[in-house]
Amino acid sequence: MNHRVCLKVNGEARDVEVEPRLLLCHLLRDELGLTGANIGCDTSQCGSCTVLMDGKAVKSCTLLAVQADGCDVTTIEGLAGENGLHPIQQAFWDNHGLQCGFCTPGMILTAVEILDRNPCASDAEVRHGLEGNLCRCTGYENIVKSIVAAGARESA
Amino acid sequence: MGRYVGHSVKRREDPRFIQGKGRYVANLELHGMAHVAVKRSPYPHARVVGVDSSAAAAMDGVIAVFTGRDFADGGCGALPCGWLVPDTKVPERPVVVTDRVMHVGDSVAVVVAEDPYTASDAVEAIEVEYESLPSVVDARGTTDADAPQLHDGIEGNVSYYWKLGDSEACKQAFAEADETVELELVNQRLIPTAMEPRAAAASWDAASEEMTVWTTSQNPHPIRLLLSAFTLGIPESKLRVISPDVGGGFGSKIFHYPEEVIVPWVARQIGRPAKWVATRTESQMTDSHGRDHVTVARLAMKSDGTFTGLDVETWANQGAYLSTFAPLIPTALYITLLAGNYRTKGVFGRVHGTLTNTVPVDAYRGAGRPEAAYLVERLVDLAADRLGRDPLDLRKQNAIRKEEFPYQTPVAFLYDSGDYDRLMSTAAANADYDGMRRAQEEAREEGRLRGVGVVCCIEASGPAPSAVAGSLGSAVGFWESGEVRVHPTGQISVFTGSHTHGQGHETTLAQVVADELGVPLESVEVVHGDTGRINFGMGTYGSRSACVGGSALVRSAEKVRAKVVKIGAHLLEAAEEDVVYDRDAGRVHVKGSPDRAKAFGEIAFAAYTAHNLPEGVEPGLDFVSFYDPENFTFPASSHICEVEVCPETWQVRILRYVAVDDVGKVINPMIVEGQIQGGVVQGVGQALTETAGYAEDGSFLTGTMLEYAVPRADLLPGIEVDRIETPSPHNPLGVKGAGEMGTIAATPAVANAVLDALRPLGVKHVELPLTPERIWRAVRDAQSAAA
Amino acid sequence: MYPSRFDYHRAASIEEAVQLLGSVEGAKLVSGGHSLIPAMKLRVAQPTALVDIGRIEGLSGISSDEDGLAIGALTTHAEVAASAAVKSACPGLAEAAAAIGDIQVRNRGTIGGSLAHNDPGADYPGAMLAFGAEITAVGSNGERTIAASDLFVDMFTTCLDETEVITGVRIPAARGTAYLKHRHPASSYAVVGVAARVATEGGDVSECAVGVNGVTGCAVLAGPVSESLCGRPANQDRIRTAAGRVGESLDGAVGDLYASAEFRVHLAEVHARRALAAAASRAG
Repeated sequence: MNHRVCLKVNGEARDVEVEPRLLLCHLLRDELGLTGANIGCDTSQCGSCTVLMDGKAVKSCTLLAVQADGCDVTTIEGLAGENGLHPIQQAFWDNHGLQCGFCTPGMILTAVEILDRNPCASDAEVRHGLEGNLCRCTGYENIVKSIVAAGARESA
Repeated sequence: MGRYVGHSVKRREDPRFIQGKGRYVANLELHGMAHVAVKRSPYPHARVVGVDSSAAAAMDGVIAVFTGRDFADGGCGALPCGWLVPDTKVPERPVVVTDRVMHVGDSVAVVVAEDPYTASDAVEAIEVEYESLPSVVDARGTTDADAPQLHDGIEGNVSYYWKLGDSEACKQAFAEADETVELELVNQRLIPTAMEPRAAAASWDAASEEMTVWTTSQNPHPIRLLLSAFTLGIPESKLRVISPDVGGGFGSKIFHYPEEVIVPWVARQIGRPAKWVATRTESQMTDSHGRDHVTVARLAMKSDGTFTGLDVETWANQGAYLSTFAPLIPTALYITLLAGNYRTKGVFGRVHGTLTNTVPVDAYRGAGRPEAAYLVERLVDLAADRLGRDPLDLRKQNAIRKEEFPYQTPVAFLYDSGDYDRLMSTAAANADYDGMRRAQEEAREEGRLRGVGVVCCIEASGPAPSAVAGSLGSAVGFWESGEVRVHPTGQISVFTGSHTHGQGHETTLAQVVADELGVPLESVEVVHGDTGRINFGMGTYGSRSACVGGSALVRSAEKVRAKVVKIGAHLLEAAEEDVVYDRDAGRVHVKGSPDRAKAFGEIAFAAYTAHNLPEGVEPGLDFVSFYDPENFTFPASSHICEVEVCPETWQVRILRYVAVDDVGKVINPMIVEGQIQGGVVQGVGQALTETAGYAEDGSFLTGTMLEYAVPRADLLPGIEVDRIETPSPHNPLGVKGAGEMGTIAATPAVANAVLDALRPLGVKHVELPLTPERIWRAVRDAQSAAA
Repeated sequence: MYPSRFDYHRAASIEEAVQLLGSVEGAKLVSGGHSLIPAMKLRVAQPTALVDIGRIEGLSGISSDEDGLAIGALTTHAEVAASAAVKSACPGLAEAAAAIGDIQVRNRGTIGGSLAHNDPGADYPGAMLAFGAEITAVGSNGERTIAASDLFVDMFTTCLDETEVITGVRIPAARGTAYLKHRHPASSYAVVGVAARVATEGGDVSECAVGVNGVTGCAVLAGPVSESLCGRPANQDRIRTAAGRVGESLDGAVGDLYASAEFRVHLAEVHARRALAAAASRAG
């Protein structure tokens, strides 16, 4: 039996009928056309599918769409504001924080939470904060640099 | 340095990625698209007795179920191997097996359904009856007399045997040696693990009989060629292969895979577009793996430390089938690198390419070169230990001197340029090597296990030239195409056969062309990854895109410039030899009269209006070049790593990592540094965390990321990157490959550091990855041997 | 990877959840889902129905009094890890929570879910044993309180019956607690996790408990370690000797590709020593 799910995605109210087994990542990608959250590992290790749910970073491949009923979801597509890129997006661009781009949406949204908790997060704290996100291209060096720089800008 | 070349220009591809607008194959949605899923073998080796797909076919939402027989009868040919050394015995590799599975993950049946969830249900509902057969997974063990024989006509499971070097000189070196060191080691099997799992999609136009295939490939043209000539049978003229944004490759997306055949075949069969996206488990058990060598080697030297001979025998596990370039990796990209950065004369290497019941092994970042570097650099450290010499000092003593370039090694390669002494000195200075050694002494006095690892490594990047590749076994050439198409407005489209999947070609190749023509970067667009738009090209691997792909564009830009000068002179009513092309301003002017000028855009427009062209000059401004370099380029590096090993948990902590690389001239320093950093972490992954696991019974132990440990952000505290530049004389840009050097150097740098830390405990060798348990056991063994 | 089909019920109350578990064949509970959903995607778990208790009011939150902490079953690992009350009343519990998975996992995973799942690599079970937790569960036979040592029966098995829902956990206040972990480099699960609790009276160890997870199929209390330490001051040598006995409780240790059973026992000894030292120093 399908279930009705009402949620807010990037500020817009959505009302969808879904199979209970539909994962949130597939709701976003296949039903709502928001393909920014990528599916990299299936088992909750890589963090490529990270979105913000009620402001918290979560892995959308390990959540049922029905569990997001009533929630406020932000995907990478909804992060930039009217004034352009979010400071973390900008920092990733400025600091070469990405190569193939596949892990990038998840990295940026996880960074939102890391800096929410502590805008002055140190290099080591950022590295620890990224324990749920894998990148195979950058060696993390410039991802860490980007996040620290964005934090410094936010707290300046 | 040009206006753009040599500068850290921000990447032009980034805005789409940071906003979640990447165009990966998995994101593709076509009207009426069906979803493909593959039933895979849980057995390493088994006869397929029967496939019962009736329950699956009867499920709601299932469009069709196909077996291996359907594909074979439906015209799908076997997947070919594109590199055959003499006398290679090639096992047949069907797209979907008909009677026998050869490795865990081999494909048995194919489901097509309305959605991926239903496809997954249907795969589970297919009943396959297997008769398990004896299996073997070990690179050397498969050649044992009692090992199961896997393929008719491939005796001892050896697909090929290859050797290179001067065996007599080698023998003599050992006969006259003052000292020798020996080492038997495993270069463990790795899973490349690009973050984006492989995917393929296809759309068949029944009216035009044209097929479009989207695939996660590093080289769409060779894939089109293989699909057309071997596996799918659709003429190249009717086949378009698009490789859009690709989420990392590291070699694993070079090769032609069964799903690239399955999906278009299905699309034509059902008359609807179709898509397959690998689960991570499918990627782990079907993407070609890397490394997997067992090697016995020894190094001969004089008492003064001069290396005189190196004797190497390797068993290279090629897996169940020969993947597209498999035999290339342990032959012409491995044995040829055994001279390393040293003047060793008597180098001799041989390799047995063996077949097992494992996932096929092919190029993975570095591909052959990391295996060589790890072996050579471990031997050098053992030699230093034997002679009581500082390992950096011993390396400097044996390194090829700056003035000896071009340097002919005893194993075929002619190194182009380098300054290994300066490379090592720079690394030592950046690391404060002497300070590290002092700190190590202090740490040892306090009972702490601190180690310093130093390496000097060589890479051969941008395989070339095509004729030599052909003589070594290649079925393809290694040139690259590059087209510079100037539009009437003066805007420029650049078409390259290279493919970017993270390397930033949309930026760097635009930098090259903008500088060549003196036009703003913004007016140059780079197009790649689409056989429907681009001339045949060879793609991206072997760190070739800048040296080969970039050079092809330089050649085309030169042709554009020549025509612009011709037309410009005509418009200025001057003789051609009386005008100059001003590459700073992007215009042609009369020598000595900068005011008498025609801008690039004006000339482009004139080329297309063709109202007033010099006699004999055709309209248009569009040139293509096919650049075939005369040699590889030879990047080099010296990396220094400092570690501490916990004497209780035996965990390795990296304290510092210092990298100095020579990748020749640099187009975009920011991007090159990113390549080195990413490469280093992959190399550290091989040293510390990564291993693809098979149980002795052939079961596959690393089917998910719960088991296969890709490095996380906290594995290193940071990487200090620096470089020196010795331009390559073999290409007009003076560049060398930058993509693989980090990976090649990092594995031995970390391994040498850890073994240096363990030296006081009497440990000489630990197999990779250097997990706490392996170190713990090695220390225990060394201590019980000492007692 | 895609889970197989199931029916979904969202319970508005504990009573409804209990009733659904009793009436719907093959139903499993889900809250955060971070143990269950990965297993369902791998199709290792194929429940025919899920009863979602994630929205039940009043099951989430942390309260503390002088006896200790009361933690609602739906409290996330992130909430436990960040709680000032937890850090002060039972610092080892905050350490165990902070050691679980990663930011995203801790934002969704719940304490009740982790305990009910009883994964051998989970971080909480050893801590629950060592810290003397009591688990409250409600089922068709009403509410009962279960000692942690009774809850964990075997790998992925607890003493809860099919209708029982964990509603909360009570943990006695204990400053002298610590949790230390050797993390699996791929999965982030505990290769070895050791929770230690030490209380002192007049300089002597008056109470001591050590819980170990990750080594055996089910978390265990290392009784001989505690016995060896009780009744005397906890100096470095005694801690070392006591920790050396951890292996006595680890019969049936299991290994994998990363770490063998034997090495896990070695690591358990090291971590027991370190966790005891940290706990003892906090105990004062």
